[in-house]
Amino acid sequence: MKSIIFRTSSKYLLPILLIFSVFILLRGHYLPGGGFVGGLMAALAFILHSFAFGLKETRNIIKVHPGFLMPLGLVFALVAGLAPWIFQEPFMTGLWYGEPLRMIGMVGTALIFDIGVYFVVIGSVLTVMFSIREII
Amino acid sequence: MILAVLLGFIFALLTPLWNRVFPKAFPFLFSALPILLFVFFAIKLEGIQGTNFIIEKNSWIPQLGIDLNFRLDGLSMLFSLMITGIGALVFVYTSYYLKGHIYLDRFYAYLSMFMASMLGVVLSDNLITLFIFWELTSISSFFLIGFNNEEKASRKSAMTALGITGFGGLVMLAGFVWIGSISGTYSLTELMNQPEVLKINPGYVWILILLFTGAFTKSAQFPFHFWLPGAMKAPTPVSTYLHSATMVKAGIFLLARFSPILGNSLEWNWTLTIIGAITMTYAAIHSLFRTDLKSILAYSTISALGILVFLIGLGTEDALLGAGLFILTHALYKAALFLITGIIDHETGTREVFKLSGLQHKMMPVAIAGYIAALSSAGVPFFLGFLSKEVMYEAVLNLPQAAALLTFLAVLTKIFLLVAGFWAGIKPFRGSVSDAAESAKMPSPRLWIPTTLLGFLSIAFGVFPGLVEKSLILPVLNSIAGYEVDTYLALWHGFNLVLLLSILTLVLGTGLYFYWKPSPEKFQATTRFSSLSPEHLLAVLGKGFQSFAERWTAFFQNGYLRNYVITILIFLSVLIGYRLFSGVYIYLDWNQISEITPSEFIVVSLMVTSIFFVVLSRSRTAAIVALGVIGFANCLFFLYYSAPDLAMTQFSIDTLTVLLFMLVLFKLPLNKTFSSPKIRIRDAIISLFFGTLIAILALEVFEEPSVREVSDYYADNAYILAKGRNVVNVILVDFRGFDTMVETVVLVIAAIGVFSLMYLNLNPIKKD
Repeated sequence: MKSIIFRTSSKYLLPILLIFSVFILLRGHYLPGGGFVGGLMAALAFILHSFAFGLKETRNIIKVHPGFLMPLGLVFALVAGLAPWIFQEPFMTGLWYGEPLRMIGMVGTALIFDIGVYFVVIGSVLTVMFSIREII
Repeated sequence: MILAVLLGFIFALLTPLWNRVFPKAFPFLFSALPILLFVFFAIKLEGIQGTNFIIEKNSWIPQLGIDLNFRLDGLSMLFSLMITGIGALVFVYTSYYLKGHIYLDRFYAYLSMFMASMLGVVLSDNLITLFIFWELTSISSFFLIGFNNEEKASRKSAMTALGITGFGGLVMLAGFVWIGSISGTYSLTELMNQPEVLKINPGYVWILILLFTGAFTKSAQFPFHFWLPGAMKAPTPVSTYLHSATMVKAGIFLLARFSPILGNSLEWNWTLTIIGAITMTYAAIHSLFRTDLKSILAYSTISALGILVFLIGLGTEDALLGAGLFILTHALYKAALFLITGIIDHETGTREVFKLSGLQHKMMPVAIAGYIAALSSAGVPFFLGFLSKEVMYEAVLNLPQAAALLTFLAVLTKIFLLVAGFWAGIKPFRGSVSDAAESAKMPSPRLWIPTTLLGFLSIAFGVFPGLVEKSLILPVLNSIAGYEVDTYLALWHGFNLVLLLSILTLVLGTGLYFYWKPSPEKFQATTRFSSLSPEHLLAVLGKGFQSFAERWTAFFQNGYLRNYVITILIFLSVLIGYRLFSGVYIYLDWNQISEITPSEFIVVSLMVTSIFFVVLSRSRTAAIVALGVIGFANCLFFLYYSAPDLAMTQFSIDTLTVLLFMLVLFKLPLNKTFSSPKIRIRDAIISLFFGTLIAILALEVFEEPSVREVSDYYADNAYILAKGRNVVNVILVDFRGFDTMVETVVLVIAAIGVFSLMYLNLNPIKKD
């Protein structure tokens, strides 16, 4: 994929898509979106970039191996699930922080959980795609 | 008691830790466990006199009637003492026997796991709990039998033992569940209070069959006996433990336990008597043809188990007393003989009985223990074996039916067992020192003290039966019989037919011992019949099953993806098609269908065009892109019908799929022709058929009245309960958050799977 148009566009698409994916993640609880879609979108952004510039370049941008995002996400999800225990509530009860914030709305454990899903999705999709690309 | 039962598991869990911290001392640490438990149970002896019993209640799963109640009565007391007492000796013995073995820690872990599960079996008051412990004994004995896991024979024996005993256990579970559904309780104590409920039920015979299968497989009764000699591949301490005191007696325990609940009926008595009689005679004859000491002992154990089943089957007070007494007698002398065999094996390196003689000049204490054990097994007066033999003879003589035949079989078995016992306990020690015995040395006290202790007990209880009569044997008898029995156990019964038979047994047995010498030729002679043995028949069955499985696999798992897909599609088509054409009325209400809007029309025609393009295209890339178009068109439909979440997800997934396809397909070799026209026509037919079925199925959904309760609940409560307006997301992260959490884990596992497939499996090929 040496097309100059593709390269140039994906160079700008990467940050835009990433920001968009975070946006989708945060608004998920109120409007269409959420961790799963956001994660897919972010993963897509990286994959597009890797198609245009090669795997090595993309890996340099990410810095860590995408596999590390999976345990990170699981930890987020687990923390969100366990947090209610501190307040003697059953596992996975939603906890909420007082007033809604602008753009994001209410902040609570559900959002942390969604962030966990987001990371797991990015991590697993990139792991699958990158390892297939690298070996084949 | 719950701690006493579970302590073994806790110890087993801590092994790795202890092995690190005290590598030298941990065998002693483990040996302390059974000794401690033995003392614990011995203290409780007071509480189980007469028909008293101790019960301890712990709730576990009350909704299902499953709890961790433990019942300590005469029967379970005898077994608990045997398990912990002989366990203690075995633990001490092992500390020297397997000294320096790299897996010693593992061995102790299995051993204490086994002890704990065995205690659980005998103490459980709940049938389901009993079953769980029962299977745990099978599993832990699997590890023990297969301990030398680098030997093929060892692994095979372990598999056989697990297969047979595990199978029996599952069958037994069915029986337990049945009992539970009839009587409404899984508690043994409650069942004992209402024995008639089960006996008058039409399912009674079936319950008996199910329970007997469990008991017979575990206790190696004919025709399930063959796993036990194979299990001798285990290290000797294991054989001692499994075959003298514990695991194989679990079946006997079960029969004794259920004797007051299910026993005393024609079916119960005759089945057990017949099977027991066959087993005891068959195995006793077999034991005469073996040359390996352990093998001899294994067959004589089977025979002894047969005797026990036989006695429980007779069901008279005498017979039950004989059973209770013989359990103890056999445990004492058989454990001693096994331990002695282990010493002989350890010191001379052989267990072939015809190669061994004169060992008494090398290891006198062991020899004495051997003599005592052999004499006790023979039933010589002043040994415990004498008492149990007398009681047994009395029981068979006093039978109302078939007394002559059964007495004959009992005497015959006893004669053969005497010979087998003499071979194991006397033959290796007498005579001049043989070549094999030349290098033998006096073993460590840790090996011979346990053996002599067992021998000492055989004498002590034989000379002073009062030591165990009132305190131990009588409660056992009471709990097997189910009511208070008054009995009198004594050394001297007077001159009568029983004594005459005893003398006859001793004389004939000793004569046979001098006349009949074990030799490899005799063993060879028996192998001619092995094609008729149950073991062989099972092997044939297993082979047939395996070859069938191989053919089945070769046909369906042939490695071609297209064949897999075709198999799946045809199977589904047949299944769905059958359901659709048999009974489902397909009806479409045209009035309910709304008009097609122009945008919908455009999207649908886009989809149809792409489908034709995919099917007819000659370029892979084009086909993939066209597939992607279909997916995107689908997204548009989601958008029209207000499911933006779905549309977004579908869009991303579709993009990913197309990219993935591109990645993979670009690297595949370029085939000029994809397939022959014939195959394409076949595929077209299959896919058309399948597609039509799915379409009908989709239409069928409209026929089902839709339930709005669930969706209404989510819609109403999404903001109230979870503070979110996007219902889909709220369901994902809150209402069904637990599902999502597990799904993320699945996602991670899948990713790791792909990762390892890619890097671990394909790397060698790449290097080439």
